[in-house]
Amino acid sequence: MSQFLAPRPVQRLAKFIAAGTAALCLTAALTATLQAQTIGVSIPAATHGWAGGLNFHAEQTKARLEAANPGLKVVLVTANSASEQANDLEDLVAIHRMDALVILPFESAPLTGPVANAKRRGVFVTVVDRGLSEPGIQDVYVAGNNAEMGRVSGEYIRQRLNDSGKIVVLRGMPTVIDEQRFDGFMSALEGGGVDVLDDQYANWNRDDGFTVMQDFLSRFPEIDAVWAQDDDIAIGVIQAVRQARRQDELFIVGGGGMKDIVKRVMDGDKLTPVDVLYPPSMISTAMELTALKFVSDTPIEGEYILGSPLITQDNAEEYYFPDSPF
Amino acid sequence: MNKLDLKTAGPFIALIVIFVIGVFVNEAFLSAGNLSNILARSSFIGIVAIGATFVITTGGIDLSVGSMAAFISGCMILLMNGLMETFDSLVLIIFLAVLASAAIGALAGLVNGLLTTKAKIEAFIVTLGTMGIYRSLVTYMADGGTLSLNFTLGDVYSEVYYGTLLGLPYPVWVFLAVAILGYVLLNMTVFGRHCFAVGSNESVARYSAINVDRVKTATYILQGLCVSIATIIYVPRLGSASGQTGILWELEAIAAVIIGGTMLKGGYGRIWGTVVGALILTLIGNILNLTDAVSNYLNGAVQGVIVIVAVYLQRGRR
Repeated sequence: MSQFLAPRPVQRLAKFIAAGTAALCLTAALTATLQAQTIGVSIPAATHGWAGGLNFHAEQTKARLEAANPGLKVVLVTANSASEQANDLEDLVAIHRMDALVILPFESAPLTGPVANAKRRGVFVTVVDRGLSEPGIQDVYVAGNNAEMGRVSGEYIRQRLNDSGKIVVLRGMPTVIDEQRFDGFMSALEGGGVDVLDDQYANWNRDDGFTVMQDFLSRFPEIDAVWAQDDDIAIGVIQAVRQARRQDELFIVGGGGMKDIVKRVMDGDKLTPVDVLYPPSMISTAMELTALKFVSDTPIEGEYILGSPLITQDNAEEYYFPDSPF
Repeated sequence: MNKLDLKTAGPFIALIVIFVIGVFVNEAFLSAGNLSNILARSSFIGIVAIGATFVITTGGIDLSVGSMAAFISGCMILLMNGLMETFDSLVLIIFLAVLASAAIGALAGLVNGLLTTKAKIEAFIVTLGTMGIYRSLVTYMADGGTLSLNFTLGDVYSEVYYGTLLGLPYPVWVFLAVAILGYVLLNMTVFGRHCFAVGSNESVARYSAINVDRVKTATYILQGLCVSIATIIYVPRLGSASGQTGILWELEAIAAVIIGGTMLKGGYGRIWGTVVGALILTLIGNILNLTDAVSNYLNGAVQGVIVIVAVYLQRGRR
């Protein structure tokens, strides 16, 4: 810099102009930054199918929002654990000076404090799917309905089996989400003639879905339906059932809305006649709503609980996203 | 002599006890279908664990095998889907993918081996690092979702997992072949004796003119090849790979090796013990699925207790 400042007159003039231009640009940039609104979006990393879908929809929505609203900046960060997500929140506040936060908490309890801190700094808070442990922090809450998802699955199986038959259940992992789905499912079967032979955890993945279903098939000579609760598990179940050549005696109800399963439903596959939606695209709902706060006067504060509709052959096309990884 | 026999028999006794428990838990346990499922299922961990027996006998450790399996699966699927446009012969495509799988496995093993021996970084750290790398790579390749094998191709390839020879699924035969080769290599060759020597005392082995670095690197390459073989029979099962593939395989493989009587600190290894160890681990999971006597929440505890008891059986009495 110093050698640049000790030059001949012509260069000095050039330097003067350059500096002036730079200063002007800087001022313009600063003004733009001051006017731009930043939305921080913090979600779990794409470590399994559903989260992959979540990331896909978040990125799509970010691109769409930024293109449609030049004054809006969306910063998307992904975390592999609750503590990493807490660090992300600090960065979003300190470095990106976000005006609004859209967060799908890794776990409710450990992130309640960090989100409350952001809120205290005047950040508008939208919480997605997993509620915080304390009320009154979030401005907007967007979530799927796990109990409803279980209930819709249970009702379909009960009605399809004319209220009598034997079924097995493959659960996810021992978490609140799984518990709510399972309880909703069981409440739909209550007092009826559908007999749940057994339930086992399949950890929301294909391999365990395959193994657990193989063992159910060895153990129970008669199975009329399978509730796989999640589409990844369902893929494993389908293979196990095919291997045992028992695809004509039962049907499978998954959950989530994975493209492979929705495609099967669309094609009228008898083994997977329906699927129950638990849309990862709920992140888009949350981001769009939050953006509305800055680009319009629309009142948006409140709770939005998305339904878990039954995906059937008739409506499957609406829920089919061939480009999504999920 | 008597004591040695008891030690050798330990894992086998544990296997028989668990087997008998299985028979009492559910009559479906003894059905041909269930037994063949158990054997086919244990072949993944079993084959990986045979490789791990070499690494551990030589005093090393490889934590990257699970992620490596996921990564190789992902590469195979992408390659096969890509080759669909170039070649018409599905069998040729599968053959090329199998070759590529072996090459990637060997190369990945070589990297682990060289970083351990030439760069002198502890195997635990090297393989912890590569474990994270392969896991992220497969997640990246799958865009956070799942890579799926082309349907027509999957149909042909699935024969490798679901097909049978003399009533036993192919994976079981592969498992058996790898076990026999492993046994011969570890117990009847110079290389095997060098593995024992390096694991017992590296300095002494070096003074005895054993090329320690080469022996160690070779065990990691063997491990990589074993992972590749496991992958070759894993991919046709579900025709997919994701960030979830092969999760915790490294721990299951190490557990199978130790249950089988190989010393974690190196110097002594036993291939047949490892095979039994892999069978025990699979049996526990299978039996827990066949009963509702144990709460789902306690499955992990039951597995933990059995693993500890099985190891106690072969170590406790000296």
